[in-house]
Amino acid sequence: MLQIDVETCIGCGLCESTCTFGAIKVEGGLAVVGETCTLCGSCVDVCAVGALSIEREEKTTQDNLADWSGVWVYAECRHGRLAPVALELLGAGRKLAEKRGVPLSAVLLGSKIEGMAEELIACGADKVFVVDDPALASFTDDAYGNALSTLAKKHKPEIILAGATAIGRSFIPRVATTLATGLTADCTDLAIREEDGVLLQTRPAFGGNIMATIICPHTRPQISTVRPLVMKPLVRNTERKGEIIKVQLDPTLLKPRVTVLDSVVEDLDRVNLSEADIVVAGGRGLENEKGFAMIRELADLLGGAVAASRAAVDSGWIPYPHQVGQTGKTVAPKIYIACGISGAIQHLVGMQSADTIIAINRDADAPIFDVATYGIVGDVFEIVPKLIAKFKERKSA
Amino acid sequence: MKIIVCVKQVPDAKDVRLDPKTNTLSREGVQAIMNPYDRHALEEAVRLKEQHGGTVTVLSMGPPQAEAMLREAVSCGADEAVLVSDRAFAGADTWATTYTLAMAIKKIDDFDLILCGKQAIDGDTAQVGPGLAERLDIPFVAYVRKINNCIANIMQVERLMDDGYDLLEVPLPALFTVVKEINEPRIPSLKGKMRAKKIDITKLTAVDIEADLEQLGLKGSTTQVVKVFSPELKGARAILAGTADEQVTQLYDKLLPLL
Repeated sequence: MLQIDVETCIGCGLCESTCTFGAIKVEGGLAVVGETCTLCGSCVDVCAVGALSIEREEKTTQDNLADWSGVWVYAECRHGRLAPVALELLGAGRKLAEKRGVPLSAVLLGSKIEGMAEELIACGADKVFVVDDPALASFTDDAYGNALSTLAKKHKPEIILAGATAIGRSFIPRVATTLATGLTADCTDLAIREEDGVLLQTRPAFGGNIMATIICPHTRPQISTVRPLVMKPLVRNTERKGEIIKVQLDPTLLKPRVTVLDSVVEDLDRVNLSEADIVVAGGRGLENEKGFAMIRELADLLGGAVAASRAAVDSGWIPYPHQVGQTGKTVAPKIYIACGISGAIQHLVGMQSADTIIAINRDADAPIFDVATYGIVGDVFEIVPKLIAKFKERKSA
Repeated sequence: MKIIVCVKQVPDAKDVRLDPKTNTLSREGVQAIMNPYDRHALEEAVRLKEQHGGTVTVLSMGPPQAEAMLREAVSCGADEAVLVSDRAFAGADTWATTYTLAMAIKKIDDFDLILCGKQAIDGDTAQVGPGLAERLDIPFVAYVRKINNCIANIMQVERLMDDGYDLLEVPLPALFTVVKEINEPRIPSLKGKMRAKKIDITKLTAVDIEADLEQLGLKGSTTQVVKVFSPELKGARAILAGTADEQVTQLYDKLLPLL
């Protein structure tokens, strides 16, 4: 329950304007909490006089938390390729492991994957657990979930990181449920709390409108899925030494209830978007599909990929694989050119880590300019064609 | 085919944005809506019912006002509606939420399929679907974009992946989370609206679902929010001046060395 100290409350209304859920209101000079309160705590933080508190009846702490030690990274691979996020997680995991003074291990699940273990060591792992089994050739929640939770139960890591990818976000919740521990989805920042070594997991929520730092204080392991393209991988070093531990698991654990009939790679554009150095993106300001033809022309000239805001995708001007933002892809290219995108926070969270952001928009107050390196206040239909002409000139010169 | 659809009432995040001056959320005119992904789950359930016969039950855990959303679900084709509501649920993380929903589903008991949206737009965790499947010990498939067929209690579905899709066969009972591509939700029919007005919504409390109070709400949660803050926006904000031609020339000169 949210407690309001009526003696201390001055009815200033800070809490009311902060509450995302419209759950707290000032009535008759005092804050009053309603049914929609989710106990998120933002009002407690904002209250200048300390009148608000959340009474926490804490969960019973699991026995022997200290028995759980070490940082693990689930190293995702699919179709014979290590997911780039696996290496990013080793970069993030290395820092956490050093802070905790514990080893960093990677877990590799798949079929015919052994060459990848060396790569994981070169990128920061001290140990690599490899389960190489034909039953893991295709991704199934059952087999992957059982494999990872069985290993975790045996070796007791204090932290497990996985990519917030389709695969990670599908089976990691099952692992957390099996291990009866907490999970924080889609983290964009990880740190160790100095006083007790607890993992501070920060993530966007509410469409990216708020950031929340979350802990898992009473159970182990602490598990996070981490947004791709946010953490930085280490510099690859083939001199680095590590231990490769091959594990055989009971075949019944790897027998899935579902059958994967086929696994189809399609839409390379989608893959390109995540890995492109240059992204040209369009939003509501493009008005229709034809607006996107202009965006594509600029992207092609620059050798870049085409992206879109949710507004443009929802209007049906361009398919969903091009969507960048909280409910679409996250990109971190060298150059991001936002054309006719107002910059709803849900879009900004998906692209604000680009090195250079160019915003072209008619509305000088559009929030896109708050993340822009360079901005042009103007009509996209005037500016973009001129820019295209410039680059065409250069190309023919 | 007996289908349960889990739905959540969420604040409409779409139009919410940070007030650049006060750095607080402007929530003027923000309404409570049915989570958009759940709407697709509901639509798919109604289509399956129309094809194979059976019933669709919508289930929600939430405050009493979630009743309005459940009535809307009935107007869109659901047959029954169940609201699990109790002060004891407040502050639940996904761990405590899946516990509560699993206990409620055990009370409803009979089902062939559970559908959920891929995630809710407020928390964006995408953890309740898979966690719930694990609690109920049934097969789970995330990001279902198409249900191809259902023959002899085996469903063939397409799962959207980061690089394409997987084609899967799943024995029922099972739980799927669905993506937007799966269908175009219908608008409520007049008949549906009439039914929605009259329907008795089943209301269950913590006691009704025989829940262990230790597992509920804030107390039952494995995770805790320790800090909530506004995201930092750190652009240089160099607005280029001049005529359109001058602006484009400046931009071109800035871009060239970066290419």
